[in-house]
Amino acid sequence: MSGWLGPEEWQALALSLKVATWATLAALPLGLFVAHALARWQFPGKQILNGLVHLPLVLPPVVTGYLLLLTFNPTAPVGDALNAIGITFAFRWTGAALAAGVMGFPLMVRAMRLSIEAVDPKLEQAAATLGASRIWVFFTVTLPLILPGVLAGAILGFAKAMGEFGATITFVSNIPGQTQTLPSAIYAFLQVPGGEGAALRLVLISVVVAMGALLASELLARRLAKRVGGA
Amino acid sequence: MSLSVHIRQRLEGFDLEVDFDAPPGLTALFGASGTGKTSVVNAVAGLSRPDRARIAVGDWALCDTGQRLHLPPHKRRLGYIFQEGRLFPHLTVRQNLHYGAWFTRRHGPGEDMARVVEMLGIGALLNRRPGALSGGEKQRVAIGRALLAKPRLILADEPLAALDEARKAEILPYFERLRDEAGIPILYVSHSPAEVARLATTVVALERGRVARMATPGELFSDPGFRPAGPRAIGAVLEARVRLHHDDGLTELDAGGVPLFLPHISEPPGHPIRVRIAAQDVTLSLDAPGRISALNVLSGTVDEVQAGDGPGAVVAMKTPAGRVLARVTRRSVAALDLKPGLACHAIVKTVSIAPGDVGGGA
Repeated sequence: MSGWLGPEEWQALALSLKVATWATLAALPLGLFVAHALARWQFPGKQILNGLVHLPLVLPPVVTGYLLLLTFNPTAPVGDALNAIGITFAFRWTGAALAAGVMGFPLMVRAMRLSIEAVDPKLEQAAATLGASRIWVFFTVTLPLILPGVLAGAILGFAKAMGEFGATITFVSNIPGQTQTLPSAIYAFLQVPGGEGAALRLVLISVVVAMGALLASELLARRLAKRVGGA
Repeated sequence: MSLSVHIRQRLEGFDLEVDFDAPPGLTALFGASGTGKTSVVNAVAGLSRPDRARIAVGDWALCDTGQRLHLPPHKRRLGYIFQEGRLFPHLTVRQNLHYGAWFTRRHGPGEDMARVVEMLGIGALLNRRPGALSGGEKQRVAIGRALLAKPRLILADEPLAALDEARKAEILPYFERLRDEAGIPILYVSHSPAEVARLATTVVALERGRVARMATPGELFSDPGFRPAGPRAIGAVLEARVRLHHDDGLTELDAGGVPLFLPHISEPPGHPIRVRIAAQDVTLSLDAPGRISALNVLSGTVDEVQAGDGPGAVVAMKTPAGRVLARVTRRSVAALDLKPGLACHAIVKTVSIAPGDVGGGA
């Protein structure tokens, strides 16, 4: 197997998995919170929050990447402040994870919001009358019922993170071993003569990973739906 | 413990202005749909926020806008039985039953799980999920779940409305036992005179968001002028006792010394029973009836005659068994010259007394 893939290709695959995993794990709780707020709460500025969440979906990825660079580069106030407490995003794998997380966020929130809206608020009311506070209602009734949606959101986010290219390359460039994810590596291989073979192998891996993720999510979602349906 | 409810709330279509202080037992909120019954229960549960309100169970205030007090639902110690059950689909029956008990465990031991399961007959369902239960089974589990949450107040919003007659007959006795054994006030919403007559200790009749009448079911339903749910819903409630069960499938009751025959019921001899006699099933006769098929004849005197807007009239009769209402035509009132003081006989067919009209008396 290791003979089939060169060290540089392995590096890109491992980095992509790491970046996508962290991007998904970090975005999940925040996404769940935002999805819940958008689905259930009324507050001023709700439409603005909704717009902000969806912005990465409609902006050119290059623009998102450039905005991230403007915000998080070490000379900008935000980047500088984070730098001071030991968090650096620019030109690091963490930056790639941030870009991937931001790009996958709207997909995640959409899937989770839809599933939260499908939960009958009457069940949540019933839980409250039985003595459950708001936070307990969420963890014992809402969350179990929306688990298929959360899972679908997470898988979508993960897949998006695996494939994210434009924002990543703009924000953290294309440094092998540091920020060179699968798509960046494919792009790089295509720029050099004789790189088509390596590019093709990475393309194949991308397809397999994406298909696997989709099938897994479908399967899990079906199982959960059956359990919740109670049949 | 008594239940005190005072609510002012703007609703779509009308304003809710409800005040009542109900004695211990089962208080029925009675009225047609759209009279604000559910709004009252939701305010008591804390699911809605009235503009002004004072709601208390005994001396424990749940809501007092004057004191800026509004307990959230989860602190009100409720057992709310919803019309649609609202069981949690992702939990088994056992987990549903335990749900409330877990959150209220710091309030000390409550109802014994085994006893509640036994009383409701749901032992065989414990490992199933709600999706696999029938409507009646779901509702029994919902009752159990509410009881096991150690409630200080039980709320029931049309808990039987979604069920057919057979399932209703199956669940009504549980509410009777709850009323007689639990010692917790029950607020029970219903638009069914049969249910209310059978279960209520006190009836609060609502009309357009206001309390129109508050009385015992006996007083309320024997008033010929009270007809909030249309003429077909008129019918007096008699208090009786089971005398004996006959071999031919009939049960004989003793209602103030008068024998009353009805289709077999399961209560043992000596057991107190409430019977609702629908006014439209009563025939009046001036002569003592001779050879007729109807088994029940209640003799007495006419007490009150109320002519309706249409061709009908309601005649109230005083009998040793209690007040009986009969719905007859105005033509008959004129032909028989029915007026207060006249001796008269009320004839009731045994088979016209439905099982839903008979229940254990309070």
